[in-house]
Amino acid sequence: MAGSITVILNKCTGCTLCVKACPFGAITMANKKAVIDMAKCTLCGACVPACKFLAIEIKKDDAPATKDLSSYKDVWVFCEQKKGVIQTISFELLGEGKKLAKKLGVKLCAVILGHDIESKIAELSNRGADKIYIVEDPALKSYQDDPYTEVLVNLVEEYKPEIILCGATVIGRSLVSRVAVKIDAGLTADCTGLDIDEKEKLLLQTRPAFGGNIMATIITPNHRPQMATVRHKVMKEAEMHKSHKAEVIRKKYSQSVMKSRTTLLDIVEEIEETVNLAEADIIVSGGRGLGGPGNFSLIKELAKALGAAVGSSRAAVDAGWMPYSHQVGQTGKTVCPKLYIACGISGQIQHLIGMQSSKVIVAINKDPDAPIFKVATYGIVGDIFEILPALTKEFRKVLKK
Amino acid sequence: MNIIVCIKQVPNTTDVKIDPVTNTLIRDGVESVINPFDAYAIEEGVRLKERFGGKVTVVTMGPPQAETALREAISLGCDEIVLVSDRKFAGSDTWATSYTLSCAIKKLGDFDIILCGKQASDGDTAQVGPGISTHLDIPQVTYVKKIEEIKDSKARVERMTEEGYDIVETPLPCLLTVVKEINTPRMPSLKGMMRAKSAQVTKWTAADIECDPKSIGLDGSPTRVVKIFTPAPRKGGEMIKGETGQVAQELVQLLKDIVI
Amino acid sequence: MDYLFNEQQKMIQDLARKIAQEKIKPVTAKYDESEEFAWEIMKVITDSDLFGVYIPEQYGGLGGGITEMCIVAEEFSRACGAIALGFAGTGLGTFPILLYGSDEQKKKYLPRIAKGTIAAFCITEAEAGSDAGSIKTFARKDGDSYILNGTKQWITNAGEADIYTVIAMTDKTKGARGATAFIVEKGMKGVEFGQKEKKLGIRASATREVIFTDCRVPKENVIAREGMGFIVAMKTFDSSRPGVAAQAVGIAQGALDEALSYSRKRVQFGVPISSFQAIQHMLADMATQTEAARALVYASARMIDAGVKNVAKESAMAKLFASDTAMKVTVDAVQIFGGYGYMREYPVEKYMRDAKITQIYEGTNQIQRNVIAANLIKESIKAE
Repeated sequence: MAGSITVILNKCTGCTLCVKACPFGAITMANKKAVIDMAKCTLCGACVPACKFLAIEIKKDDAPATKDLSSYKDVWVFCEQKKGVIQTISFELLGEGKKLAKKLGVKLCAVILGHDIESKIAELSNRGADKIYIVEDPALKSYQDDPYTEVLVNLVEEYKPEIILCGATVIGRSLVSRVAVKIDAGLTADCTGLDIDEKEKLLLQTRPAFGGNIMATIITPNHRPQMATVRHKVMKEAEMHKSHKAEVIRKKYSQSVMKSRTTLLDIVEEIEETVNLAEADIIVSGGRGLGGPGNFSLIKELAKALGAAVGSSRAAVDAGWMPYSHQVGQTGKTVCPKLYIACGISGQIQHLIGMQSSKVIVAINKDPDAPIFKVATYGIVGDIFEILPALTKEFRKVLKK
Repeated sequence: MNIIVCIKQVPNTTDVKIDPVTNTLIRDGVESVINPFDAYAIEEGVRLKERFGGKVTVVTMGPPQAETALREAISLGCDEIVLVSDRKFAGSDTWATSYTLSCAIKKLGDFDIILCGKQASDGDTAQVGPGISTHLDIPQVTYVKKIEEIKDSKARVERMTEEGYDIVETPLPCLLTVVKEINTPRMPSLKGMMRAKSAQVTKWTAADIECDPKSIGLDGSPTRVVKIFTPAPRKGGEMIKGETGQVAQELVQLLKDIVI
Repeated sequence: MDYLFNEQQKMIQDLARKIAQEKIKPVTAKYDESEEFAWEIMKVITDSDLFGVYIPEQYGGLGGGITEMCIVAEEFSRACGAIALGFAGTGLGTFPILLYGSDEQKKKYLPRIAKGTIAAFCITEAEAGSDAGSIKTFARKDGDSYILNGTKQWITNAGEADIYTVIAMTDKTKGARGATAFIVEKGMKGVEFGQKEKKLGIRASATREVIFTDCRVPKENVIAREGMGFIVAMKTFDSSRPGVAAQAVGIAQGALDEALSYSRKRVQFGVPISSFQAIQHMLADMATQTEAARALVYASARMIDAGVKNVAKESAMAKLFASDTAMKVTVDAVQIFGGYGYMREYPVEKYMRDAKITQIYEGTNQIQRNVIAANLIKESIKAE
């Protein structure tokens, strides 16, 4: 059954709000009534909440359930490890996963693959995992698509989790996209919110769409497991409880599961002297208003005084003033620090998408109409070339105490 | 070398604004563009063709207007274009989309490399590329920032990681998703634009690509959107005014608890 | 105003505009400051096929005419008149070969130019500017070649170009029939370049002396034949004048765009200055004059492309009016910017500096007026 969309003509007042809301330009006005061009409409649903008169209706018939879903239980968190170190995103997912497991009345399980990672069990236990599935093999030491996918698929088929959470990292996204296709599961990427529909016992996955202008809540009604990836620093880390004990299930698989078509030849680390942007608690960021690459020294000075990472808007990266690894925004990194100081950044939506969930935002810009002031906790209209050095000086004074 | 590039036509989000009064999306005259990451995939495909010979076929699944994106790909140096379009595909999530594209690719025949952009700027899921490679059961490398070498049916590439990059070798045929670091997309050439005007688009419907009707469109999509809402806009806070020295002091006092 | 361009012309305009906005505009200030030749932009233009837009298809170009060349020159100049000169100056250096070259010469040089080789036209000397007839550079016949001696001054693209079309005297006794046009290549023995000149404007355009010292040029490099030099030069200028005019229109338009945008943002007395009648009238005049100049450019370009025999008057009118307009519009644009207009940090003062040269080179506006008047009088006599 396909979906359908209709304009309820007697409710439509011709106000054109839906025309403006449609990202595909599929709605036009004819005789003061909205007309939807089915050749352009993708049933994305952006028009439905835009209409103040509830004149647009989308019908999506659900396919009848083909599987018995009741045998799927437990919330799984895929715990990513690199060189034997568990990535902190996993702790954030365990924290969130615990809440979900509680609401469903099921167990929180950590899944970890690798080689010589026995010592990680305690760590995962302390972070609240009720069960730990651990698979060790030399072939799993570093991430490779084929063996990790095969192992995870095998685990899922044997133990049938109802939910799998994974970090939206380079590894995570590659892995779960493949797994989801293989096991015919629904996967929602970059969720900013997870919750349980207590009535239906469904995972509610909320994420931004169209560059963050719209939020969508997504469910996977008829497929299991329900899979979701979550970005770094969006959820809170699970607390440590040293006394917590988990049940450990060790699995071994044959070499045919462990084979890999791709070969990892080398791992190259590019060490940055400055604090890692994605992990930083404080970020000082510079944009076009700095005028040139030399002026980024002002940003770096303040960052040094605060122990902060240095960020950049796309404008400064495109102009060649900062490397792309520092770019914050839609096509750069998403950050969620406690404090984000935006200097000479106008606040175009593509940048805001990358930092608007920062706890406190400070904006300094000479243009009082800069959009960044609309989201800043504290705003200063002024000359960054004067204010930045003054701030640096003041912070140094206060922090020395 | 037979190169396939998968692209998506997306709304140009640089022009999308939120109406402050109604809190809804304003799309006045926003054109649709080739997904920015796909532009890098197209450029890499054309460069591979220039290096190794062969042809670049560009495929997209979308509404009929996606044809303009395909023609633009011709002006950038691609050779053949395929539009996979059918009302039956409407409502596809990434599972159904990657399935549909993999059926179309199967119909195209043998290939050496499939290139995809890392993610689409409207959905941002980065799932379709890996989905396609899984449906086709071919190896993949995601986040490729450089193709170092292709020799003896193997490709050696650099995969971007959070700390730097990995060097990965993969046999062909394979699928690669690429990031912005990989190249700088070229401008269209005028001869290319003229070719684009007169280019033939191969158009395939669901019936043409021999797909399972239960696996396409809404039916083939395990995920469903149940609610769309505009997020509560983050409100601006207070403006700090005054002399430079004074302003700095006031701000530092306000922030010192966070910073220490 | 709609100039009713055909499909291909519109495509050329779109592509040129895209290159101007995405590639040229971001670097114009940098190149103005460093005064370096923008090779990276020449490559972009070449790869886009636009570098050879006026070169016949059989030689690797797009087969466009003066109209297409003007479209490209205008769009590039809107972003930067100096960088545009790498392209437009090459056109000037190419026209002698295009209009009078033999098949062999065309086959030898035009494909290289279409592929991005820079060209330059050399006639001006220290003592021979408007008075082109008193050039002293001499080419003495010696067996199967000519020996060139002399110095050309203020040559656009000199030093960067590989191909030079040079007007030199071959017979001092023959007056107007005593000059010959030659093709000289960089790297030929006896060709040297002077220091890059420091200019008021179009700083990213390379301007140098070209010094010939016993430079031996084979007779195959004579364009047309001995004695045709000044005719080649005159006809070259007739074709290139609309191009200079187009450059001037582009500069005027670029300045107008900046002034208009600024006037809407700049608030004084509580309102944007674009709401003041004084500013509005200035903008209206700037826009009208720019449009009138543009109309003259494309009308004369179309005449040339249609093969009209004598276009000297019309192309002189286009060059005269467009360059005077560019000067006036850019000065007004700076005025609209007020104090900010005077600051190098803001883009508009560069337009004003760049505009001035369009009133001077390729025939000063005083010479243009001579040409126009001479043609008016000739026509008036004929009509009796």
